[in-house]
Amino acid sequence: MTHRVSVLEDIFNANDRLASANRKILDDEGVYSVNIMASPGAGKTSLIELTIGKLKKEFRIAVIDGDIATSLDADRASAAGAMAIQINTGGDCHLDAVMINQALSQIQLNQVDLLIVENVGNLVCPASFQLGTHTNILIASTPEGDDKPYKYPGMYRGVDALVINKIDLLPYVDFRLDYFKRGVDILNPGLITFPLSCRSQEGVLDWMDWLRIQIRKYHKAN
Amino acid sequence: MHELAVTENLLEIAIRHGKTAGARRISNLYLVIGQMSSIVDNSVQFYWDIISKGTVAEGAKLHFHRTSVELICKECAHQFIPNGEDLSCPHCGSIQIHVISGEEFYLEAIDVET
Repeated sequence: MTHRVSVLEDIFNANDRLASANRKILDDEGVYSVNIMASPGAGKTSLIELTIGKLKKEFRIAVIDGDIATSLDADRASAAGAMAIQINTGGDCHLDAVMINQALSQIQLNQVDLLIVENVGNLVCPASFQLGTHTNILIASTPEGDDKPYKYPGMYRGVDALVINKIDLLPYVDFRLDYFKRGVDILNPGLITFPLSCRSQEGVLDWMDWLRIQIRKYHKAN
Repeated sequence: MHELAVTENLLEIAIRHGKTAGARRISNLYLVIGQMSSIVDNSVQFYWDIISKGTVAEGAKLHFHRTSVELICKECAHQFIPNGEDLSCPHCGSIQIHVISGEEFYLEAIDVET
């Protein structure tokens, strides 16, 4: 006999459950964590390097680096002064909660104040996979074009803060900041945004101040 | 995008619910997927046929119900389906909008043979 059984279960349920477990591990050890997402070449590693350089005197920093192959990014984070763990996704286009769970077990979390997760360069897949991190951050960059919020709404809807990198290139690229921001406003009203340049360091201080406040707020509450 | 991971999750959920229902076989899966979720139906079915082999769900047919993107304007309460990339309200021009549907991504039901 055939009959229909109601399921009504979200397809990402398994990942979301493990993401909650990751969050609990981080909270138990008092580690504030950010998940940095962007397309390839937007400046994830550059911003992480800069951030480590500026904040390493105040906070103990660890980095989990997701990449399809190679350890180039983790090497840069390590050289900048953080403890770095490399995850090679072996072709997978995003990090998921399982990979973070395994990486967390390799880190002495009670020695860490700030954990930075560098996701795989991609504007589609990472948006669907929660990792358990406290804050999701997206880096856009001006040469990518101003239509990205319209083309990747899922990514822009799911983040807590936005960095617009490479603003020193604005005079040379067709990037209409108004058009870009309008798209962001529709998808994620009031999203806190940091226009900056990792190269010229314009705007970097505002980003650092904001991140510093987030870390302190978190440690005060925990 | 990540069709293989999606398909693996799907199989796990279907088998778990099938077991609870005492299924000898799972013959159909009914999925609800919003237009804003980028999933390629044919790829999921392709992976499904491979990874469901040897399970109670082997050979089950996947049915995709696509829900369209529906928005409501927070200013004037006008409900609308967006036209292309412009998500602003066609009635009053406001960009204060709320997504009613189009982001769904879940398994609604399965057909089981007991």
